[in-house]
Amino acid sequence: MKVLLVDDEIEFVSALAERIMLRDIEVEWTAKPEEAIERTKNDCFDIAILDIKMPRVGGFDLKKRLEKQCPEMKFIFLTGHGSEEAFQTGTTETGSEFYLVKPVRFETLLEKIRAIGTTCTGGKNHG
Amino acid sequence: MGFIEHLKPVFWEQGDPSRGIYGYRFNFRRIWKLTVWLTLAVTIIPLVVMTVIDYRVSKAAMESEILLRTSRLVSNTRRSVFYFLNERMTAIDFVIQNDSYRSLKNQDRLEQVLAHLKKSFGGFLDLGVIDSRGIQITYAGPYALTGRQYKEADWFKEVVQKGIYLSDVFLGYRNVPHMVIAVKHESRSEGFYVLRATVDMNRLNNLLIDLEVGGDGDAFLINRQGVLQTPSRNHGSVLGQIELEVPPYSEHSQVRQILQYTQGPLVIGYAYIAPDTPFILMIVKEKDRLMGSWKKSRTQMLGFLAGSVLVIVLVILGGSTYLVNQIYLADKRRLMAVHQMEYANKMASLGRMSAGVAHEINNPLAIISEKAGLMRDLLVMDQKCRNDPKLVGLIDSVLAAVDRCSDITRRLLSFARHSGAAPKELDLEDVVREVLGFVGKEAEYRCLDVTVEKADDVPAIVSDRGRLQEIFLNLINNAFAAVDDGGRMAISIERYDEDKVMLDFADDGHGIPKEDLERIYEPFFSTRIGKGGTGLGLSITYGLVQELGGSLSVKSQVGKGTTFTIVLPARLERSESDQEGTNPCGKTDSSPLEAVNESSARR
Repeated sequence: MKVLLVDDEIEFVSALAERIMLRDIEVEWTAKPEEAIERTKNDCFDIAILDIKMPRVGGFDLKKRLEKQCPEMKFIFLTGHGSEEAFQTGTTETGSEFYLVKPVRFETLLEKIRAIGTTCTGGKNHG
Repeated sequence: MGFIEHLKPVFWEQGDPSRGIYGYRFNFRRIWKLTVWLTLAVTIIPLVVMTVIDYRVSKAAMESEILLRTSRLVSNTRRSVFYFLNERMTAIDFVIQNDSYRSLKNQDRLEQVLAHLKKSFGGFLDLGVIDSRGIQITYAGPYALTGRQYKEADWFKEVVQKGIYLSDVFLGYRNVPHMVIAVKHESRSEGFYVLRATVDMNRLNNLLIDLEVGGDGDAFLINRQGVLQTPSRNHGSVLGQIELEVPPYSEHSQVRQILQYTQGPLVIGYAYIAPDTPFILMIVKEKDRLMGSWKKSRTQMLGFLAGSVLVIVLVILGGSTYLVNQIYLADKRRLMAVHQMEYANKMASLGRMSAGVAHEINNPLAIISEKAGLMRDLLVMDQKCRNDPKLVGLIDSVLAAVDRCSDITRRLLSFARHSGAAPKELDLEDVVREVLGFVGKEAEYRCLDVTVEKADDVPAIVSDRGRLQEIFLNLINNAFAAVDDGGRMAISIERYDEDKVMLDFADDGHGIPKEDLERIYEPFFSTRIGKGGTGLGLSITYGLVQELGGSLSVKSQVGKGTTFTIVLPARLERSESDQEGTNPCGKTDSSPLEAVNESSARR
């Protein structure tokens, strides 16, 4: 199972990536959404964990673009802006997805990742 | 009583609402008073003035009519009395002119003349001839008066001097009121002689008694000394002194009023019969009786005035109250709308601000959380440090603090959620506890005992979380304001019926007086104005409960406490229906809010 982490907060995303990695899950991370698109050109991920609010390309936009390249990819959204409004927009624009509010409990996130990993594919589809 | 209540404006007890902190546009009490006084003034003053004028004019007209009628009656009666006396004097004069002295000295002739006079004129009692020495030489009549000496009698002296004499009324030998007419005649051969006749007063009396005076009036003759010459109904008997003043001489008929008299005011008409007679005709009427008809119409007029004034006052009071009430209610609705808008804006701003703040805090919190988490992972996974419980404990404390902070931001976000959000399934106890979290510190400081009880059969309901939070916060704040330190508040959640749940918010505070209970949902009604109350809390709460399709009721006892009861439908019907979620694999699953709820449930 390969996980892509995209968040403009480098400090956050790097630490989170390392923690996931410590659980023996393959993780790649970036603080730039553009780079995420670049990386999926060659290799698809099973799960993308995206921050909703990012400079230039937002999480929902990024999801649409990543989906074009990897239609099977599943998404988990993270946001510090846990308002109902943002949630509404998020769920209607992206279809029902996992949506977690920062600071997220690591165990919860891990559970979601594992759930998606075992239920759906159990491995990568592309590449 | 109910009608009077209608006349009382609804804003009466409010003093001057334009000065209050809510700034009504007008001082309704002043407007009401101004309207009432102005309308009353322009309607009642002219009415009263007109009535007073009419009163005075009609009274004056009536009085003048009475005086005029009396004057006319006096003139006519005077003429009648004068003719009566003059007729008799002329008759005697005619006799003395017509018959010679010799003829009249003849007893038979004199008796014949008396008989003719009685027949033609009536009222003559006797007839006598007195020579220039004052001796009655012939006499025809019921008494034996022949040879009687009158030389020293006043009347004789006067007739000798003036040629004719009319006496006052006197009783004389006969002891009946009568008067004497005497006429002097000069005889060429034997000097003068006098023909003297006695006339009884019956005819004259009847003439006056038969007079239609009106007003319980009285017509009689007096002499110039005020002695009654004819009988009077109310002012004494013949030859008695009247208590009224003898009026001063006047050639013409006169009418006067005596207002101060024992039997009430009098109207007196009088006339001197002739300059050479002693008689004064008096006609006396009681003014009150004469004014009787006018007084009756005056009473009707005053009654009509009083009735009109009453109707005018009631109509003006009712009309003014209705109109100013309408303005007041319109202004109240305007103010209410403004305040609700302000309230909504405030809540929206608060929501935006909270969301912004939470977002700003959540990101650094996430960093702390992940960094600390990583530290913990490294420590736990590193064989060397695994057994350093102190370091792990420290990191756990940091993570616990992060949890607490995130809990706060989450609560803030949850409370600031947009009110237009679609209804969601929720657990009422959760919402209540969430709201209590905001005021927990206050309860702790004031040693308030707050309990939440939920019955087992209460279902999860579908409703608007944001609105419920506002409602609960308002009710809890109210209860906290009502209880003393160390007081109790009990919140219970029960099933009401098949589709409804019921929440009780009970406190043991000071309670609400009965007269205030009906008004507590009115906007701007507050017993804590100036002490932090806006008077909008319950009115907005009431509105919110209604928006959720529920009902709000209250029971209270002064000194014992208050219980607010909310009954809510288990499912809030909304046009924008709740959106159902699917999991990432496309299966329909539980609500997407689940994730958030789960994290917010960590406490």
